Amino acid sequence: MNRFLDRLLGRTPSSASQAKERMKLVLIHDRTDLTPTALEALKDELIQVISRYVEIEPSTVSIEMTQEGREQRLIADIPLRSNRRRRTG
Amino acid sequence: MAGKVLTVTSGKGGVGKTTATANLAVALAATGEKVVCIDADIGLRNLDVVLGLENRIVYDLVDVVEGRCRLRQALIRDKRLPDLFLIPAAQTRDKSAVSPSDMVRLADDLRQEFDWILIDSPAGIERGFRNAIAPADIVLVVTNPEVSAVRDADRIIGLIEAEEKGPARLVINRIKPDMVRRGDMLSADDVLELLAIELIGMVPEDENVVMSTNRGLPISLNGKSKAGQAFRNIARRLNGEEVPFMPMDEESGLRGWLARWIRPGGS
Repeated sequence: MNRFLDRLLGRTPSSASQAKERMKLVLIHDRTDLTPTALEALKDELIQVISRYVEIEPSTVSIEMTQEGREQRLIADIPLRSNRRRRTG
Repeated sequence: MAGKVLTVTSGKGGVGKTTATANLAVALAATGEKVVCIDADIGLRNLDVVLGLENRIVYDLVDVVEGRCRLRQALIRDKRLPDLFLIPAAQTRDKSAVSPSDMVRLADDLRQEFDWILIDSPAGIERGFRNAIAPADIVLVVTNPEVSAVRDADRIIGLIEAEEKGPARLVINRIKPDMVRRGDMLSADDVLELLAIELIGMVPEDENVVMSTNRGLPISLNGKSKAGQAFRNIARRLNGEEVPFMPMDEESGLRGWLARWIRPGGS
């Protein structure tokens, strides 16, 4: 009954939903051979390269892996610092 | 006549590949198709006992490939179904005795005479697996709703695509509806979402499978069992029929009857 209450109040996710969330991450990394560490390194290098051409704020850059069917996609969101702000500032 | 080659594989062992192969073979043969199944698990022969044909083996797959017997001599005819045959695995040899090109040649010979050539793949991703998928026209991946089986299935699906044998079709075996309902087992929908391939069958856990395997009588011969019905449905889908999937969330016994009575159409 406690377990039931916990679940009702959203305190513990069911073991099945935990399994599903864990598997989502595991499969993404299995399919791409890209570890979280490698992804971090990729992000750092990407920031360096892009910074050579445009001004960006490294802390706003986000890179994540998404999945559509069996296709993996690397999504990078890189906000640019606007020209205007640079001139006035 | 040009038969189709169907390979049953899984990555992980113990998920029900051999049971699925035996039951699909029986279900297809029972509808009048001429079927041969090949046990490609060299060194770990099992399809013969599941089919109840272990006492009739004289020659095996390696004997055929190495030319010690004619193909016809290695075909064991089923006791119950005159259109069902088995080529057993060798028990005393290793996997390297057979190559993928041997399997392609053998399958091409069998295509002349059979509607279906079913190949039971060994577990793993090595030579035996490559042998099993080399001649395949259709590949079925069997998995269970458990993390290790799902992960291995995903790996195998990737390898099948890389070998250009895809898209593989999925059989989710040993679903326990009670556990799924309690949120303690991945549902078929969860597994499908994770693996993202086409579903061809869902088979509920069924004690009758163990009992019928004990007797060497595949469960699809049993008209009443749910697992048997699920395998017969897969066979019909393989033959191009549109068969709706059996609901996996129906409660059995008194509780199920009460639940259905109290909230009709519910759940």
